[in-house]
Amino acid sequence: MAFYVVQFLTGLASAASLFLVASGLSIIFGVTRIVNFAHGAFYMIGAYIAFTLTERFSGAFGFWGGVVVAALAVALIGVLVEMVLLRRIYHAPELFQLLGTFGLTLMVEDLVVLIWGPDDLVGRRAPGFKGAVDFFGQNIPSYDLFLIVLSPVVLGILWLLFQRTRWGVLVRAATQDRDMVAALGVNQKWLFTSVFAVGVFLAALGGALQIPRDAVHHAMDLRIIVEVFVVVVIGGLGSIVGAFVAAVLVSELNAFGILIFPKISIILVFLVMAAVLIVRPWGLFGKPEAAARKTPGLTVNPWRPLTSNERLAALAALVVAATLPLFAGNYALTVGSEIAIFVIFAVSLHFLMSVGGLASFGHAAYFGLGAYGVAFLAKMAGLPMIVCLLLGPLLGCMGAAVFGFFAVQLSGVYFAMLTLAFAQIVWSIAFQWVSVTGGDNGILGVWPEKWAASPSHFYWLALGVAALVTIALRVMVFSPFGYALRATRDSLLRTEAVGINAKRIQWTAFVIAGTTAGIGGALFAYLKGSVFPDNLGISLSVDALVMVLLGGVETVSGGVIGAIVYKALNIWLVSQTDLSKLVLGGFIVLIVVVFPKGIVGMLEMLAQRRRKASPPGSPLIAKPIESAE
Amino acid sequence: MSVAPPLLAVEGLTKSYGGIHAVRGVSFSLRAGEILALIGPNGAGKSTCFDMLNGQNKPDTGHVRLLGEETTGKKPRDIWRMGVGRTFQITATFATMTVRENVQVALISHGKQLFNLFGSAPNFNRGEAGRLLELVGMSGYADRPCGELAYGDLKRLELAVALANQPKLLLMDEPTAGMAPRERVDLMRLTAGIAREKSIGVLFTEHDMDVVFEHADRIIVLNRGTLIAEGSPAEVRSNPQVQAVYLGEGLLYDAEHREGAST
Amino acid sequence: MRARNYFIGAAFALLAGGMAHSAVAQEIKIGEINSYSLLPAFTEPYRKGWQLAVEEINAAGGINGKKLVVVSKDDGGKPADAQTAANELVSSEGVAMLTGTFLSNIGLAVSDFANQKKVFFLAAEPLTDAVTWSKGNKYTFRLRPSNYMQAAMLVEAASKLPAKRWATIAPNYEYGQSAVAVFKKLMSEKRPDIQWVDEQWPPQGKIDAGPVVQAVAAANPEAILNVTFGPDLVKLVREGNTRGVFKGREVVSFLTGEPEYLDPLKDETPEGWIVTGYPWYSIKTPEHDAFLKAYQAKYNDYPRLGSIVGYQTIKSAAAIIAKAGSTDTDKMIAAAEGISMPSPFGEITFRKIDHQSTLGAYVGKTAQKDGKGVMVDAVYKKGSDYLPSDAEVEKLRPKD
Repeated sequence: MAFYVVQFLTGLASAASLFLVASGLSIIFGVTRIVNFAHGAFYMIGAYIAFTLTERFSGAFGFWGGVVVAALAVALIGVLVEMVLLRRIYHAPELFQLLGTFGLTLMVEDLVVLIWGPDDLVGRRAPGFKGAVDFFGQNIPSYDLFLIVLSPVVLGILWLLFQRTRWGVLVRAATQDRDMVAALGVNQKWLFTSVFAVGVFLAALGGALQIPRDAVHHAMDLRIIVEVFVVVVIGGLGSIVGAFVAAVLVSELNAFGILIFPKISIILVFLVMAAVLIVRPWGLFGKPEAAARKTPGLTVNPWRPLTSNERLAALAALVVAATLPLFAGNYALTVGSEIAIFVIFAVSLHFLMSVGGLASFGHAAYFGLGAYGVAFLAKMAGLPMIVCLLLGPLLGCMGAAVFGFFAVQLSGVYFAMLTLAFAQIVWSIAFQWVSVTGGDNGILGVWPEKWAASPSHFYWLALGVAALVTIALRVMVFSPFGYALRATRDSLLRTEAVGINAKRIQWTAFVIAGTTAGIGGALFAYLKGSVFPDNLGISLSVDALVMVLLGGVETVSGGVIGAIVYKALNIWLVSQTDLSKLVLGGFIVLIVVVFPKGIVGMLEMLAQRRRKASPPGSPLIAKPIESAE
Repeated sequence: MSVAPPLLAVEGLTKSYGGIHAVRGVSFSLRAGEILALIGPNGAGKSTCFDMLNGQNKPDTGHVRLLGEETTGKKPRDIWRMGVGRTFQITATFATMTVRENVQVALISHGKQLFNLFGSAPNFNRGEAGRLLELVGMSGYADRPCGELAYGDLKRLELAVALANQPKLLLMDEPTAGMAPRERVDLMRLTAGIAREKSIGVLFTEHDMDVVFEHADRIIVLNRGTLIAEGSPAEVRSNPQVQAVYLGEGLLYDAEHREGAST
Repeated sequence: MRARNYFIGAAFALLAGGMAHSAVAQEIKIGEINSYSLLPAFTEPYRKGWQLAVEEINAAGGINGKKLVVVSKDDGGKPADAQTAANELVSSEGVAMLTGTFLSNIGLAVSDFANQKKVFFLAAEPLTDAVTWSKGNKYTFRLRPSNYMQAAMLVEAASKLPAKRWATIAPNYEYGQSAVAVFKKLMSEKRPDIQWVDEQWPPQGKIDAGPVVQAVAAANPEAILNVTFGPDLVKLVREGNTRGVFKGREVVSFLTGEPEYLDPLKDETPEGWIVTGYPWYSIKTPEHDAFLKAYQAKYNDYPRLGSIVGYQTIKSAAAIIAKAGSTDTDKMIAAAEGISMPSPFGEITFRKIDHQSTLGAYVGKTAQKDGKGVMVDAVYKKGSDYLPSDAEVEKLRPKD
């Protein structure tokens, strides 16, 4: 019995840091609607700074003072980030802030190594909480008890802050209706900044408090960020009580789950999230998101098919691309193939995101399923390459059909998180089911047959498929189905009122996008000759998002350009420097600030200006949006 | 005359939320080509009633029949397929698409081409879309993005969209809400003209009494979820019960157009 | 859409840049790939190691009179990116052979690439047995003692313990799973009397250490096998120490004696764990002394195990090319099979039968000294003594 009590308490202690970080994220999202990918980075910086301070200043004062000062210092950094970066992009299309904070995260991962060195750092234990308390023969670390007490205290303080102060009332009001608060004449600028600061403070505090338990290292952010998102979503976005309950729920399920299924941790949170979202689409304590107003940035110039001149230009570009083997070497061709494959991947997500308004955070699942499909068919069934290429993507198609059915019942961030959960579930199956998938050692030896083996042949194959896929999806955008899909994105109410079954349209789009991604994955398997769980991992899903956002989510073909620019730059940087993340992150942040509509969106804007002849004052660089008023 | 069923027959419609009766035993009917106004003070149950007619809400008891066919409990999209068009109190249009595209979406749906992946939507039934826009006087705006339109134009666009499936019945929830007085009269005149010409039944709710009394063939009055009067404009105007209800509310009616009731 | 032209052009320009240089006649280029950005704690010392080797080789006149150049690439910890890097090294840098890699899956990806493109690959650090056995191929050699070898070394010591009830804690991926599997198999052969009472599989990099050690303690084992490492190990040790889980229990632990993993533990280093590792401070052989002196002189830092691996990888590569007298792949393979050479750990041989080197590891116990973790009673175990019989190896390895 004592054991179960102690296991329960241990679970509560684990919940503490999860809660601190999650509550910060939840508050930030609730008010600013920013999906703050950099939240894990702030958590990590909090731990690093606290490490430095607590090493420098000894004693109880040094330790606790160091922890608090670290959190405050990081909150200041947060304020800076909010004022310099986020303020400029509040009005950018939904999720563009995700891209900006993702860029920051990349930079921070390299920066901490530059500043604090590559070694894992182990900080001191908390003065006064070094030992353990005996509980009927079981030891409970006293620091765990401290954490167990701390999280309800923080919850209480936050509750008071929100219920009893004017600031709190404004925050709650803004969480429910931002425009209303703006209309009431509240200075939203500072409200957002202060909310961001509080959220970042909580994240950094969560990180700083990990020093006595954990090692400080440069991958801490990724270890926690996804889990924190999941906790926030299970609890319901914007709900702090929800974050608390979800953190406890997840931690306790884990603490007891491993007694029965020792391998459960890897997948547990995602199973819980998928289950919660299917039953309660807005999380345990969340409220349905106010619909309306989510029109992605109100496109001023409606989409239109290419004019014949533009078609010629695109064809010319394709012809130029097809001549690459005449003057480039094998490496350039292989890179070209990889880029072509990522164009396929990006346009598939772009179709879902920009035409359907459904931002999937787990799109790599279908890419990876396509790749595994090919690997199974080629290695186990021994089928010829052409058959594998045709049938492999069907695995992506089936996965999309099953998961998409559930996912399209939701919308917005909840849709994103459910797709992420599904992707993680698929990933952990690939990772754990060693006898079938080879686990993380993957499936090797999936090389192309002779006719496609030479880099130039494979390049033409990849380029050809990429062109076909891009054209096909573009045709679909301007097909009756494409119109219906855009209609569901713009107004669910109206689509329903003109006889359209919106869910079925969205589901179909999901399957089309998943199958297309599967085609990319199938080619990728042959390009690399092997398949690994990475191919359906989170980082690949994020890559796809970045490519789409970089190209411009409001455009018809932004995915193509986004994929080419991002992938080429990525490959080049990784080859040139160990600090590729720093440079790439900086580039992304720059793009976000300078081209808030993405690269293609920016070009379209310029083209439109030129068409309108005299640009009044023509600020070539998009005017930074000064405020959120 | 034959005994053909009326276009719309509503029988004993009842809906309550947590013990409060929003709508209680409402019955009425509507003939083809007839323009019927549903009026009543705030909170009378107009919107609830309306939502049950178009399928957004399910009645606790009662029936709605369209040309004798049961529509109760059907989804809005199925009711639309039976020939019911509708407009919303706050316009719902496809903001990133052009005016013509908005109409084309409805035409695509009507033509059952929703899952046509490779056809050309810009050329889909362009002629019909043009005619519909012409009908509501919006031809000049066909290529404008819908997000740029003035509110009155959006209302007219909604009407065009609602007419796309050659409806037998139009349900219009406060068609003139949020419009300038001149525009209101124009819009209702337009609607009434089209309805009479094409013999479409129209049921609309409205706060603007000028609009109601000028255009309705018949008026039904709801108060606290119950039907308290029914008849020609003249009859309703002189109904003491109606007068009591409205005088009780004062004459500040116009100021209260944006009632909070949801659509 | 005019923009597309421009961007494709730009992309080409980027690619073309990478192809400008081609091999200069008087150089021998070796390609090297590792997870520098993902795992800097391990790959930094490794890089220092191979840079020292390059310096020494060139100071001694290069390889057969030609200057050695190592072209190094980051793989970001992703197999797919490692392949891109391998491709660049082979296709546009024109390297004579590929070396490096840390993670098992990346080692396998590059090995498969080498097999497909017929390129010589000397895997430095990946531990998985598959590299030389189940997925071994003609073109791939491996330096570091494999998972199996380290397990066998630990089993030798563990089987002498009186403990009969064992629990295991291992990261939930291929390395952890196969380390536990091999350890269990070898252990059960020697000690049929032992029982496996619990196993914990925390996700790699995300251990929730409190519940895990608590669960292990609940099974009341007499001994624990640990396979976690890095930040996970730190958390495990801290929770285990505070909760007294390791008290009165024997712990056998993979890799924990390597400075990379042991040093961060500082004054929390547990006492008396049986571990594999690299006690650079207590190795007193002339070969190691020479290496240590050179390393400390160049970097003003002490070596980690990665330094040894990096150093010996390039030394081995140079020795193989020197013996082959050519950078022809087949000649290099012929030269590498059975080649013997000195190393800081003494003479090592790349076996003809499975291309595994006989580099060994030190087995000893952990202890604390001046608030730092050290390995004591460390004994060098020669790799050749911990490999299965040739007949068994033949069965494990696919026919070329």
